[in-house]
Amino acid sequence: MTAPLLEVRNLRVEFPTRRGTLVALDDVSFSIAHGEVLGVVGESGAGKSMTGAAIIGLLEPPGRIAGGQILLNGRRIDNLPYSELRKLRGREIGAIFQDPLTTLNPLYTVGQQLIETMVTHLPLNPAQARAKAIEWLELVGIPAASQRIDSYPHEFSGGMRQRVVIALALCAEPKLIVADEPTTALDVSIQAQVISLLKSLARDKGTSMMLVTHDMGVIAETADRVAVMYAGRIVEVGAVRNVVQQAAHPYSAGLMGSIPPVGRRLERLQQIDGSMPRLSAIPPGCPYNPRCPHAFDRCFVERPELMPAKDNLAACWLYAEQGVPRHA
Amino acid sequence: MRNDIMLETINVARHFDVSRPLVQRLLAREGKRVLRAVDGISFAIEKGTTLSLVGESGCGKSTVARLVVGLYGPTHGSVMFDGQDLAQARADSEQRRRMQMIFQDPYASLNPRWRVRDIIAEPIRAFGLTRSPAEIDARVGELLTQVGLSPLDGQKFPHEFSGGQRQRISIARALSSNPEFLVCDEPTSALDVSVQAQILNLMKDLQARLGLTYLFISHNLAVVRQVSDRVGVMYLGRLVELAPAETLFNTPRHPYTRALMEAIPDLEMTGRQRIPVGGEVPSPIDPPSGCPFHPRCPLANDRCVAERPEMIPARGTPETLVACHAVEEGRDRVGEPLVAA
Repeated sequence: MTAPLLEVRNLRVEFPTRRGTLVALDDVSFSIAHGEVLGVVGESGAGKSMTGAAIIGLLEPPGRIAGGQILLNGRRIDNLPYSELRKLRGREIGAIFQDPLTTLNPLYTVGQQLIETMVTHLPLNPAQARAKAIEWLELVGIPAASQRIDSYPHEFSGGMRQRVVIALALCAEPKLIVADEPTTALDVSIQAQVISLLKSLARDKGTSMMLVTHDMGVIAETADRVAVMYAGRIVEVGAVRNVVQQAAHPYSAGLMGSIPPVGRRLERLQQIDGSMPRLSAIPPGCPYNPRCPHAFDRCFVERPELMPAKDNLAACWLYAEQGVPRHA
Repeated sequence: MRNDIMLETINVARHFDVSRPLVQRLLAREGKRVLRAVDGISFAIEKGTTLSLVGESGCGKSTVARLVVGLYGPTHGSVMFDGQDLAQARADSEQRRRMQMIFQDPYASLNPRWRVRDIIAEPIRAFGLTRSPAEIDARVGELLTQVGLSPLDGQKFPHEFSGGQRQRISIARALSSNPEFLVCDEPTSALDVSVQAQILNLMKDLQARLGLTYLFISHNLAVVRQVSDRVGVMYLGRLVELAPAETLFNTPRHPYTRALMEAIPDLEMTGRQRIPVGGEVPSPIDPPSGCPFHPRCPLANDRCVAERPEMIPARGTPETLVACHAVEEGRDRVGEPLVAA
């Protein structure tokens, strides 16, 4: 087995505030192999976007990495100086964000933005870069690319803009893409187009991807493995099929169960009562204990680490005895 | 007029004038530009049932919600509320009390400077349902309990609540005037999925308990399937298909409905290859001729380009009304995947 492309070890992100330090990410560890798509799911505030931002070095101050390491190809990138980080972003790690309008600079044509990125990171002169930019626009499915290259972002529709953003993220041929809710702002029919585009491009170029989304359907279709996050921690990791169909952690199981199925009508949807704790009020022990139907004594005092559970890894004391569920 | 119909729209339309200012228009020698947000749609909602409207952004579904409660007046056509023209009904506070609306964003729809109990009591005071402060307090407490909050929560301000709890407060406010008809415009799309399930279950419970009639607006077909009795699919300001929910989901007829179903990523089809529908929704300022879906439709032919299809019962599933020439002519290849010929 070769070394993973990205490895995150015990990552801890803190926000110092007047009322004390908030821990936004607490002991987050995972890895992404070459060519692998890792889905990261969870509800708003679970820390999934924060994880992506930490990897590309774009944490909003006063947020800071307070512990742990991020390694890309075995090299630490969490403590790089700003100038080094600039070379890394775009060249080694590409980013796709939720809102394509704020990602693109409205004052430059899409061509200028693509060319700038490629000239910065690749050994190309502007004329070669322009030819390459047209190729990229064609590749992401923009009709009449040789004319549209001189258009400004506002002249594109939402779906087309997101295609431009994908081209921009991929054009310097990074090894890793961090895609943060890339389809959330799009309509379903456009979402389907963008997802299949992302999937096929990542496969053709052998790019690894960290796909952050709250939409389990998107993950089920795209990802190889899934990490489920809750209150700043990873509560379960596993192959996508295992997590979706037989989640081990009670939270992941509840999350999967509360997704309304399009294939049939249920009398009642399964619901998780209550809501995720605020960062300032995470309970001791397992953060899910107030909402968990299976919680027992140990859950309230001792924090669970990821441990084998069914075919996955789950941070849950139910599986303390060699992956056998306690309540089964 | 059947008296079991709560709300009926008859060929209702709402156009917006989006022309540039007169002088610029004269200089550029261009005409007026009219955005046909809703362009002639008809449906009826039976009392105690839920009709959902689905469609992508810009299809006019929120405009319909606003037309139906009288926030917009129709450009032509009419809206009938319990057998009475909506304009007349709106003039009568007793009729107005019977309809309420729940909005998408629970962060924007609650006044941040009011305590929750005042937010919920406002309709009670405005409609003069009761004047005694003790009765108002009791009613507010009862409403909060009904939506799964504590009567003590009335003392707090909206910012002290999470998104799901705020949406519960919006529902309590909507229920405070004892309405019979609720218009819900994307009530769960700002919420996380586990909270969404809580709100949908609550809405179902309230409907069963209070006999409410819902017009439910959503872009999410899976959510719509869980709550609806009937479903209308909108595209570019028109209804393209209207059917009982189970019929629509089991045998979608309009090519657009079929494409939408095809586009939903479903958990149960991990790894399955999908065929996304190409193209994008055209601008409602300059809609395509004939059938508005023809530029994206794999079944389109010359007739679809030239002639606008009307809503007629579909072959095979007569309970479905569908506006499609291909379905009418029987060339819609039901049961086969939709791929361009």
